[in-house]
Amino acid sequence: MTETSVYIVDGSRSPFLKARGKPGPFQASDLAVSAARPLLMRQPFAPDELDEVIVGCVGPSPDEVNIARVISLRLRCGNKVPAWTVQRNCASGMQAIDSAYTNILVGKSNLVLAGGAEAMSHSPVLYNRHMVNWLAQLNRSKTPLQKLQTISKLRPKFFTPVIGLLKGLTDPVVGLAMGQTAENLAHLFNLSRTDMDRYAVESHLRLVHAQEHEFLDEIETAFDHNGNAYDHDDGVRPDSSIEKLAKLRPVFDQPFGTITAGNSAQITDGAAFVILASEAAVNKHKLAVMGRLLASNWAAVDPRQMGLGPVHATVPMLAKQNLTINDIDYWELNEAFAAQVLACVAAWKDERYCQTHFGMDKAFGEIPHEQLNIDGGGIALGHPVGASGARIVHHALRVLHRNKAKYGVATICIGGGQGGAVLVENLQ
Amino acid sequence: MSASTYQNWIVERDSDEIVWLRLDVHDNSANVLTNEVFTELQYILTDLAKNIPVGVAITSNKPKGFIAGADVKEFTQIKNQQQALEIIRFGQSIMDQLDQLPCPTIAVINGFCMGGGLELSLACDYRIALDEPSTRFSLPEIRLGIHPGYGGTVRIFRYLSPLIAMDLMLTGRSLDSRQAKKSGLIDQTAPNRLLEHSARKILLNKPPKRKAPRFSKLLNSGLARPLIAILMRKQLAKKALPEHYPAPYALINHWSKHYGNEQKMLQHEAKSVAELSTTPTAKNLVRVFMLQNELKSLADDHPQQVKHVHIIGAGVMGGDIATWCVAQGLEITLQDLKNESLAKAKLRAYKYFKKRLKDRFLIKDAMDRFMLDAQGYGVRKADIIIEAIFENKKVKRELYASLEPKIKKDALLATNTSSIKIEELCDSISDPTRLVGLHFFNPVAKMPLIEIVNGTQTNPNVSQRAINFAKQIGKLPLPTKSSPGFLVNRILTPYMVEAGLLKEAGYSIMEIDLAATTFGMPIGPIELADTVGLDIGLHVAEILSTAYGFKIPSSFKTMVASGTLGKKSGQGFYAWKNGKKVTPKSKTSTNSDTMIQNRLVLRFINEAIACHHEQVVESKNLLDAGVIFGTGFAPFRGGPIHYVESMGTAALLETLDMLHKNYGDRFKADPGWHEFVT
Repeated sequence: MTETSVYIVDGSRSPFLKARGKPGPFQASDLAVSAARPLLMRQPFAPDELDEVIVGCVGPSPDEVNIARVISLRLRCGNKVPAWTVQRNCASGMQAIDSAYTNILVGKSNLVLAGGAEAMSHSPVLYNRHMVNWLAQLNRSKTPLQKLQTISKLRPKFFTPVIGLLKGLTDPVVGLAMGQTAENLAHLFNLSRTDMDRYAVESHLRLVHAQEHEFLDEIETAFDHNGNAYDHDDGVRPDSSIEKLAKLRPVFDQPFGTITAGNSAQITDGAAFVILASEAAVNKHKLAVMGRLLASNWAAVDPRQMGLGPVHATVPMLAKQNLTINDIDYWELNEAFAAQVLACVAAWKDERYCQTHFGMDKAFGEIPHEQLNIDGGGIALGHPVGASGARIVHHALRVLHRNKAKYGVATICIGGGQGGAVLVENLQ
Repeated sequence: MSASTYQNWIVERDSDEIVWLRLDVHDNSANVLTNEVFTELQYILTDLAKNIPVGVAITSNKPKGFIAGADVKEFTQIKNQQQALEIIRFGQSIMDQLDQLPCPTIAVINGFCMGGGLELSLACDYRIALDEPSTRFSLPEIRLGIHPGYGGTVRIFRYLSPLIAMDLMLTGRSLDSRQAKKSGLIDQTAPNRLLEHSARKILLNKPPKRKAPRFSKLLNSGLARPLIAILMRKQLAKKALPEHYPAPYALINHWSKHYGNEQKMLQHEAKSVAELSTTPTAKNLVRVFMLQNELKSLADDHPQQVKHVHIIGAGVMGGDIATWCVAQGLEITLQDLKNESLAKAKLRAYKYFKKRLKDRFLIKDAMDRFMLDAQGYGVRKADIIIEAIFENKKVKRELYASLEPKIKKDALLATNTSSIKIEELCDSISDPTRLVGLHFFNPVAKMPLIEIVNGTQTNPNVSQRAINFAKQIGKLPLPTKSSPGFLVNRILTPYMVEAGLLKEAGYSIMEIDLAATTFGMPIGPIELADTVGLDIGLHVAEILSTAYGFKIPSSFKTMVASGTLGKKSGQGFYAWKNGKKVTPKSKTSTNSDTMIQNRLVLRFINEAIACHHEQVVESKNLLDAGVIFGTGFAPFRGGPIHYVESMGTAALLETLDMLHKNYGDRFKADPGWHEFVT
């Protein structure tokens, strides 16, 4: 079998916009269109020459359930380009890229737009079960008397809403909030609150640095209908400090837990896309490529320790490529929680952990601080769950370019106890 | 199913014994009611009366539209009142024949339904229409200086309250199918998949016919009509004077004095239209209509369609051009250095689409075709690039040079400059022949004209494609020479400057504007200056004053310097509140001053003569058309050149000489007058 190359041609994303307690200015498909439209516009091919569009989204709104098709049509890819939505919780955007990668590898597609979009600020608020039952009964009540009887049964507790977002951020099998799984990791690897807060501050400062040096030209400005332009990730806090973060109260395990809003990823709206192409498509359209997607891997772990997913996804992937930690120049490890990133780093360099789980005779190794998330991560710029996976794959390539380096890994932990990883090679 | 075919009608009898009359006027893209169409319909109806079917459905066989109205071309051939009366009575008699068929009849309206077409449908028992935005109902006869004459002014009162009916006929405005159903004009709307099926059901079930709302009886009563008529005339007088536009006044009289007996009312309708049709106003308005067609016909029959327009400069003009193109179904990319300007342009576009499209899916689709493009990615893909940045020769030239290597080989490169000659812009690119001017007017959505500005170097094919593009986006193309001010600004500027001089001489702005509106201008020059923006007006005036050597009133400069810019700044010559003019309360006479009028109008006319003399546009007709559609010049006068020809030059030249003596060289008769002296 000859080796097939799958190229990443180009990519873009929307600014990541922090949810501020009410629905943000854009729906998920709006952000996707605003990010991918310029991306397609600058390509030498027309949008309808794509073979398919694949979009990751955890919770599409009810009016755009197969959001990929909505995005594809709105991007004017035309009626004939198929589009499908993938869901793998926090890795949905990475899953979209991996699905495109697979389809190109097996020869089903040549040119694919893949990415993710999420408008977490638009996640639904639902009626609770009592209310739904009551409404059903009201609907069945035919006579005025029956109606009156039903109405008399209405109780205040029926009005307590179900916050869709909280449901989504709680593991439905083991019943732990995502933050509590991070508390588990902090306990397991003996991570202190100060370690976490220090990491969180660094994330913000690194993002500020990247913004100041205009490293984030992957962002396409989004414009709303009210005359506003959004051109940067607005969750960043340039004035963040360990002292300030120390004052925050734990969110999940009160009152003595360590995970706070300050050392967790932000709830955010955003979209990110890349264009993947086969060798044939690259030649046909004379595409300038950013890099190559060399491998991907998925792994699963105990849902109570879902944050360790990246450790389990990356180690076998690199082993299979005969690469070691030293071959990798830059890492994008999605920041769900500071504790979770630090736990992964700790696990990788823990001899016993690597022996137990991977049968290695020594530790996988230590990822140098200056090679990991060098432009900040989810803590500073937010984690729009459907989009983050796509953002880090694309951003890893951008970091490689900037530093004239070769190999990069993008990896992400997944609610429910999984991890995903992608290996990219810079070709510029 | 049996079928027989006429020249213009396809007649089918279906299995339900319903007869379908499908109109398909030959050699015409739209259905118009020609004499031939009426004659054939007369035969068909006479036949049907002998062998009465279960029902009759009238529809159009054209893919787009039902009936566009009467044939205006035939209208131009009318020589006298008697002939007009005969033509109208003939049309009326066929409508009567249709009305009196003993079986149920229905008009199946699959698109626009205007003038005589709507009158024909009113003679049917029922009307059903396609529920698409392209379905529009109107009685636009008033815009041709007449009013409906095929029974429209009679039968419309069966279905509509007189207030709505009169409003439709007095303004000529159009309704969409939803509004038409709500008002009572039509019985039913249906999607295309159900249109003919529903019509069949209606003919078979014979539901009760629609009736005008009950209170109409009161409004139509002999006591109410004269009172309402007074109010209507009062309203009307604000917009049109009876000596300029007699038709709306005649229509109000027609309803007020003759409502009641339908037969008598029909007779009066015919008489009234016959009288109106021979007035100069009607003749000139028909001329305007024909000029409009003449401009449209400058475009090729089946030109290559533009799909993607790239616009550089997101100011008011650039943004509004983009919005207009999207509203016409195109895709745009709008480029600007400032995100702020882009955001503002998007806001304006959104407001426009929200108001115009209403439906949220259509709005979203429009907004998705309106792409902001700070990086200019669209340059490489667009079929046409329109530059609409600020008026700076150097910056424009550099821009074209940077664009040229990127744009598609066959892309059209156009500038929206209003004051710089194309020849001075084009030589920064290796192929100067591809640059053409596409001069839009502000506000883009309302102004129907685009000047296609040809430099001496512009390739005729490029110019032709610019003309085709203008037509594609529903505008009227006017090819002009690339001389300073082109046609429209060149003629308007001296006229507005004269208004400024009059103001400085101590006349009130009200008097000045009144003199112009009395002549027939839609708004006075002072108000126009405020609307355009004094800064923009001054900029154009400065360029023209250098080219043609006239003085600019110093008040213009001081006002602009102090930020008094007109409507947009809230204060110009007038005060403006919420975009509306605040009328100053002074007791000036309501009579127009002849001297003021002469000074304004003759500077206007003299400049028009100069443009004709210098061949700024190719013909007298194009000049008149450009001036009417570009400046709003009194349409009932048929254009400045037509005005000169119909007035005769002697009287006008005499006044001009008098003004020359009293006010100086700016009133010196242009050498071009000689071409008109008989």
